[in-house]
Order: sequence, then C-alpha cells, then structure tokens
Amino acid sequence: MTGYAADVAALARKDLLLELRSRDTLPAMLLFVVSALVVFHFALPADSSTHAETGLLWIAIVFTALLGLTRAFAAEREQGLLDGLVLAPCDRSAIWLGKTIGVTAFLVLAELVALPAFALFFHAIGWELVAAVALADVGIAAIGTLLAAMAAASRARELLLPLLFLPLAIPVVIGGVGASVATNPASFLGFLGLYDAVFAILSWASFEYVVTE
Amino acid sequence: MITARNLSKRFGDKRVLEDLDLEVPRGGFVLVTGPNGSGKTTLLRLCAGLAAPTSGEIQVDAFRGAIGFLAHEPLVYGELTALENLDLYGRLYRIPERRERCGAVLERFGLWRERNERAASFSRGMLQRLALCRTFLHEPDLLLLDEPFDGLDAEGAKLLYLELAVRGRRTALVATHNPESLATRASARLALA
Repeated sequence: MTGYAADVAALARKDLLLELRSRDTLPAMLLFVVSALVVFHFALPADSSTHAETGLLWIAIVFTALLGLTRAFAAEREQGLLDGLVLAPCDRSAIWLGKTIGVTAFLVLAELVALPAFALFFHAIGWELVAAVALADVGIAAIGTLLAAMAAASRARELLLPLLFLPLAIPVVIGGVGASVATNPASFLGFLGLYDAVFAILSWASFEYVVTE
Repeated sequence: MITARNLSKRFGDKRVLEDLDLEVPRGGFVLVTGPNGSGKTTLLRLCAGLAAPTSGEIQVDAFRGAIGFLAHEPLVYGELTALENLDLYGRLYRIPERRERCGAVLERFGLWRERNERAASFSRGMLQRLALCRTFLHEPDLLLLDEPFDGLDAEGAKLLYLELAVRGRRTALVATHNPESLATRASARLALA
C-alpha cells in the first residue's frame, strides 16, 4: 500500500475501532432511523402515495447522517486530538478521507437496517433506490465530514453543523427521490454521481485550510 | 532553528504576545517561563505551526515530521490502548520498524506493562508518560514541550530528565513553571510577562 493509502487506512481503521469499543454513534443512528420510520408509518394516512413514503425515507436518511456527523469529530474535539493529527507529516486530506470512509461505513450499516424496515412498513424497494442511497452516502459523507470538521472548531457546533449541512443536502434529496420514483432514474443517478464527484474533490482539496489556522 | 521577529498574537482584543523577538540556534535548549496567560502555550503553538501570528514572522527550520509537540492534552485516544495509540502515530509518521520503536519508547517511559491497557483507564501521570512516548516516538529534531513535568511522579520526572539531558542534544523550547528542574540543561531562558 502506498504512503497516502496507508495513512487513510490507518485513520479509517482507527475510527472503526473507536466505534467498535465506545458504541457511541452507530446504535444512536440505528435507533433514530428505525424510530423515524415507525413515526412516519403511523403519521402517514393508509392511502398515502409511494412518492410521499419515499420522500420520508430520504428525510430519515439525511437526519440519520446528520446525527452521525455530529459525532464524527467528537473524539478529536474532546481531547484536542486534531492538533496531533495535523502535526503528523502525512497529507492532511488523508484525515478527511479516513474520516469520510468511517462516516460512510456507519451510514451504510444504518441503511442495512433502515431499508428492510422501510420495505416492511411501507412498500418494496427497487434497485434504483438502493443505487441512489449508495451514491447519496458518498456525497453526504464527503461534504458532511468537511462541515463537521469546520463545526468542531466552533463553540456553537451543534447549531452550526445542521445550518451548514442541510442546505447542501437538498440536492441529495432531490436526486435521491427523483431516482427512486422516476420512470427513467439514470439522469438522477448521474446527478448524484456528479454531486459526489464535485463535493468530494472540493472537500478533499479544502480540508487542509479547515483544520489549520 | 527558530527565528521570530516582532511576533504578536491576539485573540480578539486580548494581546497574548506582543513584538516578541526570539532566536533559538540548532541544539539550543530554551526555557520559557512566565505567569498564567503570558503566552507560553501560544508561543509553542506558533512554533509548531498550529496557530498563525497576528503580525510579525516566525521561521522554524524543521519540517512537520521533525517536531515533537507536547501539549496540555496528551493527544491520545482514550478508547485505544497505549500501544495502539503509538502505532497509529508511528504509521502516520512513517517510522521504520514501528513496532520495535513503540515498544522501546514505552519501556523508556515505564509503560511497557500497561501497553495493552486503554488510555482512558490511565491516571494523569500515566497519560503524561504516554504523551511523552508519543512526543519522542519519531525521534524529533525539535522539541516543543508545554509543562512536561505536569502530573509526573519522581520516577517519571527522572525518566524525562534523562531523556532531555542525556539522550541526544535536541533543540528544545520548554514552557514550564518549574525552571529549576531543567536549569542545568538550559542554554537560555525566555521570561514572558
């Protein structure tokens, strides 16, 4: 493995190990997404459209991601650890990429429970929805991790992260819902792919400036 | 190795450092003293590149990986063991023979027996020893130490003194409220007001 890939792997492995031991984030995400789907199940009228149900799934996914992102830099923030990572001679974007991989993994695990629960409570899901969710995860984790790092340095971090993240998540919801309900989902999936590429590159390139004064 | 000219740092309206000039030659060992809030920690952070000066300039003739920075916080993950923490830093610093170096530094600071215990279970003194292991792991050329004796017992202080005074003649900037402990090793003192 090359130096950069080894750095990313070490940082991502560290985040997964921390979660495995502390179990701070993933159980909360699972409980939240299932609870939200249960609430939506009882809140929607029996004759609600599949479009409305799919829209609510995407709301649940975005807010579950937000919950995970609020904890993304918790360990670094509470113990000042970002200084230690920033001082290491590795490329600082490796910190972002390692963290993004961790956030994506937690989101995928939450969705492994959420999607079958959605199928149980509402209606069957197709490959388009699964593909849209997979693409959305990448974009959400990429931009969300950058914003979480910005918010971590702020005193009003609990307020700042949703304010920054939710507007940027709107295209994900549009693309996700579109891909899930349109007769031709390819254009919406392409849109999600483009969103991923643009925000991944932007986040990768700008992370260094977020974590240094 | 460190040159600062008219170095100033403010946080909002609060002046922390004002027009500071500093010259630390290679191999120099400078004790930084001063009351709380005089800017000792800020000076170390400026030298480490973790903060930017408000005005003036600072030049540090060492690349990022050659700096050993000991902060107030130990900069280790509580849920990882002592060895896992050092292994992570060892990977990021691309240390050759990482495992051996981690073991050696743990032995030097008397933490070998506790290597597989989580840092969260450590006492304040043990955390400080682990922080010192992290600081010295990559054999840095430049040491920036903020209150290195904090929390250490007599044995820990002796191990640190041996590290600083006996093992190598590294360039160091040490902020301390207890300058007597390193008086014989110091080449200069900087008193911040």
